Amino acid sequence: MNINLTLFAQAITFAVLIWFTAKFIWPPLLGAIEKRQKEIADGLAAGERGRSELEQASKRSAETVEEAKLRASDIISQAEKRATEIVEAAKDAAKTEGDRIIAGAKAEIDQEVNRAKEGLRQQVSALAVAGAEKILRKEIDAKAHADMLSTIANEL
Amino acid sequence: MATEHELTPSGYISHHLSNNAVPVGDGGFWTLHIDTLAMSAILGVIVFGLLWLAARGVTSGVPNKRQAFVELLFDFIDGQVKSIFHGERHKFIAPLALTVFVWVFMMNAMDFLPIDVMAWIYHSVFGLEYWRSVPTSDINATFALALAVWFLMIFFAISVKGLGGWIHELFCSPFGSNPLVWIPNFLFNVIEYVSKPLSHSLRLFGNMYAGEVIFLLLGMWAATGLVGTFFGAFLGIGWAIFHILIVTLQAFIFMTLTVVYLSMAHDSH
Repeated sequence: MNINLTLFAQAITFAVLIWFTAKFIWPPLLGAIEKRQKEIADGLAAGERGRSELEQASKRSAETVEEAKLRASDIISQAEKRATEIVEAAKDAAKTEGDRIIAGAKAEIDQEVNRAKEGLRQQVSALAVAGAEKILRKEIDAKAHADMLSTIANEL
Repeated sequence: MATEHELTPSGYISHHLSNNAVPVGDGGFWTLHIDTLAMSAILGVIVFGLLWLAARGVTSGVPNKRQAFVELLFDFIDGQVKSIFHGERHKFIAPLALTVFVWVFMMNAMDFLPIDVMAWIYHSVFGLEYWRSVPTSDINATFALALAVWFLMIFFAISVKGLGGWIHELFCSPFGSNPLVWIPNFLFNVIEYVSKPLSHSLRLFGNMYAGEVIFLLLGMWAATGLVGTFFGAFLGIGWAIFHILIVTLQAFIFMTLTVVYLSMAHDSH
């Protein structure tokens, strides 16, 4: 239990071992562990980011679907409105056309009636002239009585 | 199995507790304990060589089992140092702590080798009459470590606070900077600086030396007869198991104190 030179020899060994550990053992271990810690932290952060992105994406898609639904129902209601409008317009057009046709037909009928009346009147006046000729025979001048006869025919 | 020639109890014990001393000059101081130096150097080469092998093949990906074990050790040391020392620890303090813990643990662990079997092997295989297995049961080894730490302590104190700051601290702490308390302060600090390496080294030395002595006493008991052999073996097992705790604990305490002392050297008062 005596202190001697061993003390210093041992201290030198100690110093060499400290130097060796500090230079060749500690730094590679520290580097590897810190690198792995960083990788794990990065991985966790990336996972977290992916999760939040997924959440946002699903929220966005839900919003899009909702919007599409709204638009679709909008379009449908517009189309329905338009269809009713078209039907109404067609109804109106048909009614106008019908009215026009009816009016035309009525006018034609009136014309025909008038023409028939005219014809009848002329025939009646001719008949009346012929009748009068037969009755009066000789004395009657067709030209002289034509005015009177047309007046009678107009009164028919 | 004991190979000593004079089979008296005190001869047995003193034989086992004698270092392989080689004089290298005049006087008692110029002596080298070859066994202490050789055992500690061999252990250092083996254990730090293994650590170096593990550190060389280290990967930041999935570690293999060897790397996992080394990283466990690394993390344990790093956690201890981090809780004590608040500064840039990776450059020196933490590697120092690893060196101290691993080396002291290995040197202590030599105590697990059965002392008489090892003496017989040293004697008949290597022809060594005096050879102690446990370097830390030699006061020179533990005091060398403590003294190295002591010089590091002063080195860090001066490099952190400057020479003036360190001297100021010697005279002005812990009681204050009043000139009246300069002398008490200085005495206090001298006592602290003397007691630190002494308690640091003697704690480890005392534990390991006492452990060896108890093994030797049990071995002597075992030589007294059948009952002694039984109880010597039985208690030897018990002491060996308890010694696992002591070996680890003393290595841990030595490392912790090293870090504490160096941490204190960094702190300003």
